[in-house]
Amino acid sequence: MKQLGIVGQSVRRRDGIGHVTGQTQFVDDVTYPNMLWLRMVRSPAARGLIRRIDTSRAEAYPGVATVVTWKDVPNNWYTILCLIGVEPNDEPVLAQEEVMWQGEPIAAVVAETETIAREAAALVRVDIEPLPAVRDVFEALAPGAPIIKKWGTNTFMYEGMPMRRVRFGDVDKAFAEADHIIEGSYQVTPYEHAPLETQACVVKPEPDGRLTIHSNTQALYFTMDNTAIILKVPSHRLHMIGGTVGGGFGGKVDVVTEPVTAIAAMKTGRPVKWRWTRAEEFQASSTSGGWRMEYTDGVKNDGRIIARKVRALHDAGAYHRHSPYGVTKHSANLQGPYYIPNVWVDAYCVYTNRQPASALRGFGVTPASFAAEVQMDRIANTVGLDPWAIRFINAYRNGQTKAIRKKVEDATLIETLQAAAKLVNHPLPEKFLAMHSNDWKEA
Amino acid sequence: MRMVSFTLNGKPAVALVGLVESLRDVLREQLHVHSVKAGCGQGGCGSCTVLMDGEPIVSCLLSAALAEGREITTVDGIGTPTSLHPLQQAFYDNFAAQCGFCTAGMITVAKALLDHNPHPTRAEILEALSGNLCRCTGYLPIIRAIEDAAARMDGGR
Repeated sequence: MKQLGIVGQSVRRRDGIGHVTGQTQFVDDVTYPNMLWLRMVRSPAARGLIRRIDTSRAEAYPGVATVVTWKDVPNNWYTILCLIGVEPNDEPVLAQEEVMWQGEPIAAVVAETETIAREAAALVRVDIEPLPAVRDVFEALAPGAPIIKKWGTNTFMYEGMPMRRVRFGDVDKAFAEADHIIEGSYQVTPYEHAPLETQACVVKPEPDGRLTIHSNTQALYFTMDNTAIILKVPSHRLHMIGGTVGGGFGGKVDVVTEPVTAIAAMKTGRPVKWRWTRAEEFQASSTSGGWRMEYTDGVKNDGRIIARKVRALHDAGAYHRHSPYGVTKHSANLQGPYYIPNVWVDAYCVYTNRQPASALRGFGVTPASFAAEVQMDRIANTVGLDPWAIRFINAYRNGQTKAIRKKVEDATLIETLQAAAKLVNHPLPEKFLAMHSNDWKEA
Repeated sequence: MRMVSFTLNGKPAVALVGLVESLRDVLREQLHVHSVKAGCGQGGCGSCTVLMDGEPIVSCLLSAALAEGREITTVDGIGTPTSLHPLQQAFYDNFAAQCGFCTAGMITVAKALLDHNPHPTRAEILEALSGNLCRCTGYLPIIRAIEDAAARMDGGR
């Protein structure tokens, strides 16, 4: 075992002195002379067709510099994971012909003060013809459900299929050989990251044509690339300043403030600040996604899981954001750190008319781990083994192949269980103490 | 609008404030005291905590007009990078700040606690911190830092 030099030590942060003296500069602490303030007009409807956006009264309001709508966005349709090949572009920067969730951005009012921007935002008139909304994954997949996505399904399409599939071994044959068929239904609700610092962005147009962008994104270069695509400018024109994030937890990886703030700055030629209220952070920032997971496991009397069949439904909300990727991660991880020779997975990335879901601390994987581990306890109870035993019996070993065809090469479950048992003074039978992650040999 | 005068970190401060303008907004937007953070605007997170005559208050809920004649202390008045207060040193040494957004409020509350009660129990520390949120969930190092500071100060300030 390598000796660890950092674990167990209290390490002083590089930015620690700034933090403890209150001098660390967060985005909302950035201010420029002549700076304008942005306030977003958001959709009051969960789903509907936009018949008219009338900004004239807001534009005429004293102190308003401009109102930004989709017409001002050079590339209005985007999806942030286009950078890794996710398509199609399904989300407008500002709503264009329809709204897909309550809180969707429609028009940005830019004014001399934040108060004026807020007052003028109330004067923007948006006529929306309501359409039936889909609010739940089961509802979205039910026959006759309103189809809310342009490509004709309410699911992300993975290589032409409406779900991410994993097929490994022969699940049905193994179910026939199993002593127990053990089912479990699990669900995880969406939840909000609630960072103490809300989303914020300040953009200053420079005389040389560049834009200085102060961002609290967790993914600065990701944001730069997407902003460049949306603005149709080369990325060297964007001087991104970031790195200080007042809590992110996955809630600040979507590119939701920089493009609109940049357009407002370009349109007015003045610095612009956009900071979200706490209410906006709850109602309009992405959340984690909700999950519904249905497990069927085939288990032998000795505790071995010989087959697992899972149908998982992920509530992505209205747009892709990071969800298609999250569902793929989910599919790869719902086996847990266990060896299961027959696996069958259908995992759906489902669209509904709720605020978009996105990244949140291990998104896709944490719901899989939750379901898989509760299922382990259920299996242990059913076959009459203790929860430690069921995990040792099924623990994966180096050299084995997981359902996603990846060879295990970093297994530590057995050693972790042994160490954990020792820490809590839980006696383990000799046969489990003798096990290790390298004791598996191909038959 | 009215003129309000108060003492800010030991120096006189004057601001022209609206009827419903909060002390937080006056400190941040007019006086550029950016250590006072805007987290929720509802008194729920404690990021904007300042001391008024030595007592911690959430400055987002206090009308700035009510600061007239009072003594306001922010974390800037507690210590600086070249002259850290023992509380700040203890927060630094104990990794009691992650993203840093709640830190000034935490230290400000802790300052009031140790001023009144130089040797608090853990329960008293928890009670003092009960109005301050840390979403990075770094509470344990924060509590340890306050205990460490109390030990270092040994009843002093």
